[in-house]
Amino acid sequence: MAAHLKKRVYEEFTKVVQQQQEEIATKKLRLTKPSKSAALHVDLCKAASPADALQYLLQFARKPVEAESVEGVVRILLEHYYKENDPSVRLKIASLLGLLSKTAGFSPDCIIDDAINILQNEKSHQVLAQLLDTLLAIGTKLAENQAIQTRLVDVACKHLTDTSHGVRNKCLQLLGNLGSLEKSVTKDAEGLTARDVQKIIGDYFSDQDPRVRTAAIKAMLQLHERGLKLHQTVYNQACKLLSDDYEQVRSAAVQLIWVVSQLYPESIVPIPSSNEEIRLVDDAFGKICHMVSDGSWVVRVQAAKLLGSMEQVSSHFLEQTLDKKLMSDLRRKRTAHERAKELYSSGEFSSGRKWGDDAPKEEIDTGAVNLIESGACGAFVHGLEDEMYEVRIAAVEALCMLAQSSPSFAEKCLDFLVDMFNDEIEEVRLQSIHTMRKISNNITLREDQLDTVLAVLEDSSRDIREALHELLCCTNVSTKEGIHLALVELLKNLTKYPTDRDSIWKCLKFLGSRHPTLVLPLVPELLSTHPFFDTAEPDMDDPAYIAVLVLIFNAAKTCPTMPALFSDHTFRHYAYLRDSLSHLVPALRLPGRKLVSSAVSPNITPHEDPSQQFLQQSLERVYSLQHLDPQGAQELLEFTIRDLQRLGELQSELAGVADFSATYLRCQLLLIKALQEKLWNVAAPLYLKQSDLASAAAKQIMEETYKMEFMYSGVENKQVVIIHHMRLQAKALQLIVTARTTRGVDPLFGMCEKFLQEVDFFQRCFIADLPQLQDSFVDKLLDLMPRLMTSKPAEVVKILQTMLRQSTFLHLPLPEQIHKASATIIEPAGESDNPLRFTSGLVVALDVDATLEHVQDPQSTVKVQVLYPDGQAQMIHPKPADFRNPGPGRHRLITQVYLSHAAWTEPCQVEVRLLLAYNSSARIPKSPWIEGGEGSPQVETSIEGTIPFSKPVKVYIMPKPARR
Amino acid sequence: MPEIRVTPLGAGQDVGRSCILVSIAGKNVMLDCGMHMGFNDDRRFPDFSYITQNGRLTDFLDCVIISHFHLDHCGALPYFSEMVGYDGPIYMTHPTQAICPILLEDYRKIAVDKKGEANFFTSQMIKDCMKKVVAVHLHQTVQVDDELEIKAYYAGHVLGAAMFQIKVGSESVVYTGDYNMTPDRHLGAAWIDKCRPNLLITESTYATTIRDSKRCRERDFLKKVHETVERGGKVLIPVFALGRAQELCILLETFWERMNLKVPIYFSTGLTEKANHYYKLFITWTNQKIRKTFVQRNMFEFKHIKAFDRAFADNPGPMVVFATPGMLHAGQSLQIFRKWAGNEKNMVIMPGYCVQGTVGHKILSGQRKLEMEGRQVLEVKMQVEYMSFSAHADAKGIMQLVGQAEPESVLLVHGEAKKMEFLRQKIEQEFRVSCYMPANGETVTLPTSPSIPVGISLGLLKQEMAQGLLPEAKKPRLLHGTLIMKDSSFRLVSSEQALKELGLAEHQLRFTCRVHLQDTRKEQEMALRVYSHLKSTLKDHCVQHLPDGSVTVESILIQAAAHSEDPGIKVLLVSWTYQDEELGSFLTTLLKKGLPQTPS
Repeated sequence: MAAHLKKRVYEEFTKVVQQQQEEIATKKLRLTKPSKSAALHVDLCKAASPADALQYLLQFARKPVEAESVEGVVRILLEHYYKENDPSVRLKIASLLGLLSKTAGFSPDCIIDDAINILQNEKSHQVLAQLLDTLLAIGTKLAENQAIQTRLVDVACKHLTDTSHGVRNKCLQLLGNLGSLEKSVTKDAEGLTARDVQKIIGDYFSDQDPRVRTAAIKAMLQLHERGLKLHQTVYNQACKLLSDDYEQVRSAAVQLIWVVSQLYPESIVPIPSSNEEIRLVDDAFGKICHMVSDGSWVVRVQAAKLLGSMEQVSSHFLEQTLDKKLMSDLRRKRTAHERAKELYSSGEFSSGRKWGDDAPKEEIDTGAVNLIESGACGAFVHGLEDEMYEVRIAAVEALCMLAQSSPSFAEKCLDFLVDMFNDEIEEVRLQSIHTMRKISNNITLREDQLDTVLAVLEDSSRDIREALHELLCCTNVSTKEGIHLALVELLKNLTKYPTDRDSIWKCLKFLGSRHPTLVLPLVPELLSTHPFFDTAEPDMDDPAYIAVLVLIFNAAKTCPTMPALFSDHTFRHYAYLRDSLSHLVPALRLPGRKLVSSAVSPNITPHEDPSQQFLQQSLERVYSLQHLDPQGAQELLEFTIRDLQRLGELQSELAGVADFSATYLRCQLLLIKALQEKLWNVAAPLYLKQSDLASAAAKQIMEETYKMEFMYSGVENKQVVIIHHMRLQAKALQLIVTARTTRGVDPLFGMCEKFLQEVDFFQRCFIADLPQLQDSFVDKLLDLMPRLMTSKPAEVVKILQTMLRQSTFLHLPLPEQIHKASATIIEPAGESDNPLRFTSGLVVALDVDATLEHVQDPQSTVKVQVLYPDGQAQMIHPKPADFRNPGPGRHRLITQVYLSHAAWTEPCQVEVRLLLAYNSSARIPKSPWIEGGEGSPQVETSIEGTIPFSKPVKVYIMPKPARR
Repeated sequence: MPEIRVTPLGAGQDVGRSCILVSIAGKNVMLDCGMHMGFNDDRRFPDFSYITQNGRLTDFLDCVIISHFHLDHCGALPYFSEMVGYDGPIYMTHPTQAICPILLEDYRKIAVDKKGEANFFTSQMIKDCMKKVVAVHLHQTVQVDDELEIKAYYAGHVLGAAMFQIKVGSESVVYTGDYNMTPDRHLGAAWIDKCRPNLLITESTYATTIRDSKRCRERDFLKKVHETVERGGKVLIPVFALGRAQELCILLETFWERMNLKVPIYFSTGLTEKANHYYKLFITWTNQKIRKTFVQRNMFEFKHIKAFDRAFADNPGPMVVFATPGMLHAGQSLQIFRKWAGNEKNMVIMPGYCVQGTVGHKILSGQRKLEMEGRQVLEVKMQVEYMSFSAHADAKGIMQLVGQAEPESVLLVHGEAKKMEFLRQKIEQEFRVSCYMPANGETVTLPTSPSIPVGISLGLLKQEMAQGLLPEAKKPRLLHGTLIMKDSSFRLVSSEQALKELGLAEHQLRFTCRVHLQDTRKEQEMALRVYSHLKSTLKDHCVQHLPDGSVTVESILIQAAAHSEDPGIKVLLVSWTYQDEELGSFLTTLLKKGLPQTPS
């Protein structure tokens, strides 16, 4: 064995020498790394003490290993392993083996024998556990090899009796990950190998170590995840573990019970201590409900979460979860919810409470009271009242999921959800409001419930209020009093928090359109019209009045009798609002008036197809470009760009595509123009002046390509290649221009090298897409790469220039869905004439509120820029928590920007705008070794550049000198 | 027979004057030392003469544990330690230690200065008493002496309330004090681990009640207050200084914060102010929300709640006032009540129970005309509301705690006998453990079977492990060894080692047995036949035929000899040591069945 290993090492050595010779012959610029294994071998042999060896191994683990040298490295490691006496070094080697076997492109079946071999002779428990971990890594890599799988399972079974919990843990993990899914016919023939993995794992449910018990349950769950059908017997075993002393065991057991209940929902299980039988899913539901009042909050969270996904449970059990039989001095008592309902149905809603109002009623039979229900009784009542907000949130989520699947349950849980609106933690309140919105299709709010809901409108948190507005948008209200109440509360909210204006108007729009018949009887009162007297005309700019009108007009849309109740000025206001707030006020069929908007709407729909066609046609026309003369090409490009831009303005759904292609065409146009410049034919000394246009073009192309890459959502890899290709051309152009305008060769050296590196980078990143780029600039460039590497800069420039001229125009495939990122700053509005005064040197906080559309990952990309009049610019990174996600593709940024400056004599305007930061190198994939290896912290991606993507807003500020 | 004895001196089938004596494994512990609010004579304090007639209490008690600062749990402490005389340690948590003397001092003032009682403890006595206190942290195991240890668990109820586990060896008792299983606005829920005590002594104030969700109560309360102040009315909330007052303050404070309200809230100065100071300090004893946010802002640093001045009561406009005492029987709350009662816009909210005869009780029962001193008649036009904010566990909560701790038996205190009876049945029925509810002075004796730890020598253990697979977790297993009892410690060692340690020579014990067989053949032949028979039947054992004609199975020797009288009968001599008893007796029975007929 040893001799064989030596030989291996030798082979490695010789290979290295050969490679180096090769390098010298071809004079490649790239440096090749010396063979890993050889270096490692030398290092390990040098190591005098185990501590040294460990240091070498640690250093070694920091660098990646190529797939081709992995085997050699593994051999060296194994050889050293046999010799090593120190367990810590062996442990490190074992872990390295596992890491190495994960390397992509390396097949670990050659080391499996050795690994199993060393496992047999190992004494240290820690090393054993690590070796089993290595085997697990190998086994998962070779998932399709049945023979190896069974072998590994055998090994695991053998070590299951180890005294160390760590080893048993790993064995169970191995079994869970590799245990054979079904006994195939071939294995039955082999006889012994067909083990019942489930049984083996199940036996360890009663291990003495809680960690092993947990591992056994996890292994069982792993089997389930891999598609093995668990036996129903597992259920009883798992139920016993619910009363385990250790929380991690209980937590895992709850999961297992949930899994089994999903597998066998309909099978029947007996209730202990009685003759009755119930469905398994109901039984499991009851058990998990019981865990909602467990001693450990981790288990409680787990249980509450899982309850939400048990939709097959029968409604009888489900409704029990909200039931908690109250009693007082052994007499039955009604809950506050029941009392509220009763008061409501008896018609006297707002009665003041008297003492003894909740006085207990009938006597309870002491025998019948069951204080510790094994069933689901009151699980949610407990969960929602839990001490930890994590549990409460989980319970609210579970309520939401169950209510979505069961309308009757939704109706019942309403009271509890409404109660949660008053939780002490804002997150919980928010969550319950969202939950309520999600289930609002199934429910109609009673007046007293609406009352409680509306009380929250006064909350000082903006998120809560806006969530509540959204909730009101989609709630069903049962009575006209309810609508009135809602309106009154919303108006109150409006006066208290004027910034909520837009949100409230939107809310009233939906409220109106949902309940036209309920609004109808309210109209005279709301508009304060009088049958006999004319009333004063309300102020048109009053937001509250607009709010009322929005409600009425939206209701009137489906209620043709309503406009008859309007007075003259209402019609005038309608016309005004229809114009100014068209998104809130619908087109109405008013008696005696023409439909103002009738002309607009029918035009839109049939237009769609031709415009799409038009887009395609104009693009195709452009792509046949290379056959035209330069002059014609330029004109065609210009026309097409103009067309596309207009199209984008007209057709909002095509705006993304049109803009995207127009930008690309503009780049091409710039490139052609730059190459058409006369400067290329003029003698060197005259370049300086004229080169302006060419270098400006190069710069602009670069900017545009960055915009294309980062400002559009839905850009796929094939577009990215084209974009990068365009950028490469721009860089080439830049290089040529600089070469022409600068004297001396020295700076060119650096630029050339940099450019070649860029080409190399391009090749590495898009190696798969290269065939697509047939005949393009880069294609030719790569052909000439070896020549370029060795040429002088002047030559390089010359080659580049000819290639740039010869290169063809690449077809840009259009992505399916593409949207341009955009942002609108809602606040500051930028209209104020009153400057924001503050003492110079101190800071002033400026509230910024903006909506972002189609921005991917706004938390890391969106920045706020403040431009001071003196040209000073400041970039602010908003906190991740400042971003909210109200809908798909939409984001909202609500943040505070801190301004400060030295004193000014006059108030002046600063500009606030939003920037999109990008980093093009973030696209490079990282190697798995680096991720797995310890000691290599992820380098935070830095910002390479920014693109402004919102209109700047001007803010008037005035830093005053500090008074002494 | 080891046993645990429990005798309540107070709080046995009663509320108030909590004082329970526990003797466990020879240690005597007194749990709580409270006073009774219903009595003003000797009955207000527990009868300490029960413990010892003559002789010092210190000699009889190993320690005293106080669960929390309410007077019915600590009110008799200075009397007990200074006037009766006790010098041993008194254990309580840090917040209790801080707040307890304030309340004792207040209690003393009312008793001595207002009621003019003589022979009451003095301020100095309170101070001296507090010097004997040892403060403990949550979950800290405190060694009272070499054997007795105590450990505190969080109990909710009031700031610093704790449940205590008292442990001697493997025997343990858990005393809950007062506790609350549902968290509230400023305190968390009581929690205990699965400590499986021999006895759980739990309070049972609400033994027959299952309470509604606290959210409805809170919401109702806030709605009432909010509506009244919006109308421009004034709200009076009579409270006692500690506990619920802070809860309501937090509730209103957060509501004001959330709803951005500007109406002033006041609380009466004095005791509450002092206590709030301690609440600010003991943040770790509060609930999750307060603990997590105190870095930004300590919730007890009230922003909206200010100290009350007598003159404020006449201010126009809405306001909310917390005033002591809670039952409207005297003091500031009554003064304010008289001022505001005439206006129907105003409101009074009673957050707790009122004793009969107090103004609070009268207005709650609907009386609208009150006779005040000096024959004045006060007409009550203001709204009267009742809200119950209690911090005791309800029946479900008690059951939940019993389920968490998994005790071997339960003992109920601090509750009414009738209600206890119900809960006792329930506990016995649901958990199948015995449950007791002794009256004051009645002793409950619980036999225990403490487990005795025995040290096993590593050699013996390894030897046993080598013989078989891993020991099954929960199955008993047979093991041979020698038990050495020396200096009150037990050790299990192998017999060789025991002999060596004790300096004894080893004695061999052999059993011999004769088996008579009808056989006419020679001894040698006979032995050969036995050999082949045993060889074929005992496949797992090593059977040997020795040159001297005897047969050995492992260490068992079998010799064949002719019968001295009858040559037709052969005698088989079987001999084995007592270690091989099992195999030996098996062999004899086997041989007694006779040898199989040889197919000759």
